[in-house]
Amino acid sequence: MADAHAGALHAHQFEDADQQKDASTLGMWVFLLTEILFFGGMFLAYAVYRIAYPAAWAAASHHLDVRLGGINTVVLIVSSLTMAMAVHAAQLGRRQQLVVFLILTMLLGGVFVGIKAVEYQHKFAEGHVPGPGFHFEGADGRHAQLFFSLYFAMTGMHALHMIIGFGLLAWLLAGSLKGRFTPSYYTPVEMIGLYWHFVDIVWIFLFPLLYLLGRH
Amino acid sequence: MSGHVVPPRIYFAVFAALMILTALTVWAAFQDFGPLNTVIALGIACVKATLVVLYFMHVRYGGRLVWVMISGALIWLGILLVITLADYASRGWL
Repeated sequence: MADAHAGALHAHQFEDADQQKDASTLGMWVFLLTEILFFGGMFLAYAVYRIAYPAAWAAASHHLDVRLGGINTVVLIVSSLTMAMAVHAAQLGRRQQLVVFLILTMLLGGVFVGIKAVEYQHKFAEGHVPGPGFHFEGADGRHAQLFFSLYFAMTGMHALHMIIGFGLLAWLLAGSLKGRFTPSYYTPVEMIGLYWHFVDIVWIFLFPLLYLLGRH
Repeated sequence: MSGHVVPPRIYFAVFAALMILTALTVWAAFQDFGPLNTVIALGIACVKATLVVLYFMHVRYGGRLVWVMISGALIWLGILLVITLADYASRGWL
């Protein structure tokens, strides 16, 4: 790809730049589909055990901080907006705007992971981390531990995706500062945008399932 | 070559809808709708995800092949969830 946009707008195996972009988009979606099924397995495990142990699930869910989870939901949705605006700026060739929106998206991603780290710290302090040191005030500690195992697996995997996304955004930022992206070639901005929105969608499901169900 | 340029006002409208739905799902979680609480929470999450996919991810303006791919993924996800949960749900009947 590096040579492709130096001179011509597309690599030699493609008919034209449109076909190349379609191929990239399709490839990115295929990757995201494997991600849907990857997270799907964890959502399935969550559903099976929630149906099996509803009381323990509700009790454990009460120990999550709705305020921090809610703030993080808002932070992530705003970051999706700034990412969409970054793609928009790239499409129109507005380099400065692209740089600003990429930086904003990275900042918001950083805030999200920071808040997540604070939440994890609370969990360690309260002894809600599965393992030998686990202790739970409620009746069914064994199955509450199962909830927290899934909580850490799902939010941990999600946070890992955020950190990878942060790295990808840093790479985009470096490229856009060098003026690598133009209205005729901004495919990496759009593809990483797709990834970022996907990670947002995972959180859109994690937030109600982990934090909200069993609140009333 | 350039993809469909979505006007920013559409992004802002989608963003506003996502915010309202987030507030709605938090509010609904603290009300007692019985078994409907889960349905409402998942329903709102699905609407939010659909908005993100259609507008932020440009699927609404994209080619048919992407629609086919997403449909395929959702069908497989459905098989994963429905068949496994049907198994667990029916074990007590034996």
